[in-house]
Amino acid sequence: MKLALNIIIAGAVTLSSGLAMAQTDLSLWYHGAGNEKEKTVLTGIITDFNASQSDWKVNLAEFPQESYNESVVAAALAGKLPDIIDVDGPLMPNWAWSKYLAPLEITDAEVKSLLEGAIGRYDGKIYSIGLWDAAIAMFARKSVLEKHSIRIPTLDKPWSFDEFNKAIATLAADKSFEYPLDLGLAWKGEWYSYAFGPLLQSMGGDLMDPSKSSAEDVLNSDEAIAFGKWWQSLFTNKLVPGTSQDGADRETGFVDGKYALQWNGNWAALGALEKFGDDLLFLPAPDMGNGPKIGASSWQFGVSGSSKNQKGGNDFIRFAMQDKYLAAFSDATGLIPATKTATSMTTNYKEGGPLNVFFDLSKKQATKRVSTPAYNVVTLEFEKALADIANGADVADTLDAAADAINTDLKKNNNYK
Amino acid sequence: MANSKPKNQNKVGWLMALPASGLIFLFLIVPFLLAFWFSFTNQRLISPNPTEFVGWSNFSSLIGVGTLTVEPEKDAEGKTVIKPNGDIQYPRMRKFTRNNPDYEHLKGMREWFSFPLSNDRKWVVLARDKLFMKALVNTILFVLIVAPLQGAFALLLALMINQKLPGINIFRTIYFMPVVISIVVVSILWRFIYDGENGLLNAMLSFFSFGLFEPVDWLGNSSTALGSIMVMSIWQGVGFHMIIWLSGLQTISGSLYEAAALEGATRWQTFRYVTWPGLKNTAVLIMVVITMQAFALFAQVDVMTRGGPVDSTQTLVFQSVQRGYEKQDIAGGSAIAVVLFLIVLSISLIQRFLTRDRT
Repeated sequence: MKLALNIIIAGAVTLSSGLAMAQTDLSLWYHGAGNEKEKTVLTGIITDFNASQSDWKVNLAEFPQESYNESVVAAALAGKLPDIIDVDGPLMPNWAWSKYLAPLEITDAEVKSLLEGAIGRYDGKIYSIGLWDAAIAMFARKSVLEKHSIRIPTLDKPWSFDEFNKAIATLAADKSFEYPLDLGLAWKGEWYSYAFGPLLQSMGGDLMDPSKSSAEDVLNSDEAIAFGKWWQSLFTNKLVPGTSQDGADRETGFVDGKYALQWNGNWAALGALEKFGDDLLFLPAPDMGNGPKIGASSWQFGVSGSSKNQKGGNDFIRFAMQDKYLAAFSDATGLIPATKTATSMTTNYKEGGPLNVFFDLSKKQATKRVSTPAYNVVTLEFEKALADIANGADVADTLDAAADAINTDLKKNNNYK
Repeated sequence: MANSKPKNQNKVGWLMALPASGLIFLFLIVPFLLAFWFSFTNQRLISPNPTEFVGWSNFSSLIGVGTLTVEPEKDAEGKTVIKPNGDIQYPRMRKFTRNNPDYEHLKGMREWFSFPLSNDRKWVVLARDKLFMKALVNTILFVLIVAPLQGAFALLLALMINQKLPGINIFRTIYFMPVVISIVVVSILWRFIYDGENGLLNAMLSFFSFGLFEPVDWLGNSSTALGSIMVMSIWQGVGFHMIIWLSGLQTISGSLYEAAALEGATRWQTFRYVTWPGLKNTAVLIMVVITMQAFALFAQVDVMTRGGPVDSTQTLVFQSVQRGYEKQDIAGGSAIAVVLFLIVLSISLIQRFLTRDRT
């Protein structure tokens, strides 16, 4: 009897493992190695997905963010891309163009509730989907603004360019602060395009015009030169810390009361809230003439072009788009969940939650960075131009040089056709 | 039978050298040949498009220069316009270099430097790739200053620690320490030392000048950034060359010094006529090694300044890596590597020629 039972159990085990064998393996690469909270949520989604159907089995491989992009490029050169790839929003067109990514089968109807910043579109197709977005705001203190009788701007009526400059000038006169405004130039790399590109767009310029495949008269247009002159004046008048700002000052300067205003992302919001509580304000971006704008688009999921299991990859991304997972990610990382319905399930973004304002900021002001396969060159040139102008380089010549460098790259790549 | 033994040993020798030479071939010679080939193509790091042969265009866009003589700007009465700070107002270069069919040959160039001529005119040299030119000048400047200074300091240290004193090994270890620490770690440490607000260097200078010294943002100022990197590089590399000098010093026979002492030579005479001639071969080696290392300046720049502020610390290797990898332009990066190789090769050949044995 016992023997028979054993045989039955053994048979059942073999059968179930046989079932498991029928699942096709899908590899998933993720950029967040080292972040335990993120990993817990992601492995949770993967476990749920693997258990929910019998066709696919997703396996996770994690990489440190600093070397993630290089790992993907190296894998692509070796022809060993995983099935599902995690990609930084603005870099997606480059990977789509180079066929690292395939267009998703997910349709517009399926993503209509998502924040636009979480949808990766290129060439009229959807290539990647984000489970969250990030947003930037002007961190300020109510008491400080009231003391100097500066109007508190709202989403519907943000500061005008004049008001913004006057606010900085007024706060500059308050000697209890080292600087009236901190833009965070200690953060190198993508921060420049993400945080300051929208300010340039708000002034009527941009990084380039993808439809014309040219940066001429866009990055060095009269509007862009006006932006550059304003940018330079911030540094010559010592209104903001320069490119050699200490990283530690960037992290704690606002909380320590060194800076009156700080241009910062929602990821830094909780720390500041802890210190200032109700006194803390997250102000919308100023309208510098062409509408108020902040950056959009964070890390997103796509399916690799070489994957033989396109359907499996798409199924996984669809599965991960459920509100409960968006909420779980938001709770773990502090980032903005990609749908309105998911916000109500989070601690920070629900109605009345401390960071709720960021969802509206994202919805109302978010502007994507220019969508072009040349992005990796465009963003490097923009960063260099802003840093050089901040350090006293001639504005028009520097922007000309950046526009030329971008156009040379476009020409070398046959306009990325 | 007598002949077969050396032959056999030869075979074994080649066999033993195989792993090392195989690796050198694979990771040094093959990439080097590839770089040569890539620099004549439009090779990208990633691209779905096929690679094409483009001839010399990568090189001509690097080293292309043009010249222009410009007149000062005149007002309505034909008088020269003077800027508020007293300088003469010249027309902007972008009037000539952008969308100007009369100056097609200057299209896309940037002002590199200029000389004043008679009648307030100005002779302007424009470069097609100003960034490359700046990197080239910075690199040469770095080599010209670092090579002799580092060599001299290393010799001075070697002479000091080449004495039979108790505990001298402690000093040898201290001086050699920076060499064994990773250059990246050293660079990060020195970034703190050079910090403009609360760096160690500013604090020390302020202490020793009784607060008179105004803090300087050493790495954030285009006039001090390259100098700061030079000082740090000399400090970091000096220990290595000290050891080579030391080994040279210890090959000089003690009897020569005894003889010099008997003849009543002063310390300077001993150094000039005994020590220095004995170090000749070491000196040649050190100069060649320092020159090559200095031309390869990269890690310090990458960690400390990333070429800034305003290109004051751009170097050839940094530009090569940035173009080849970050901008995915392998062909452009390779072209710089090839130019650098030719420069270093010709300088090494000149050094060898100048220091050849004249017997």
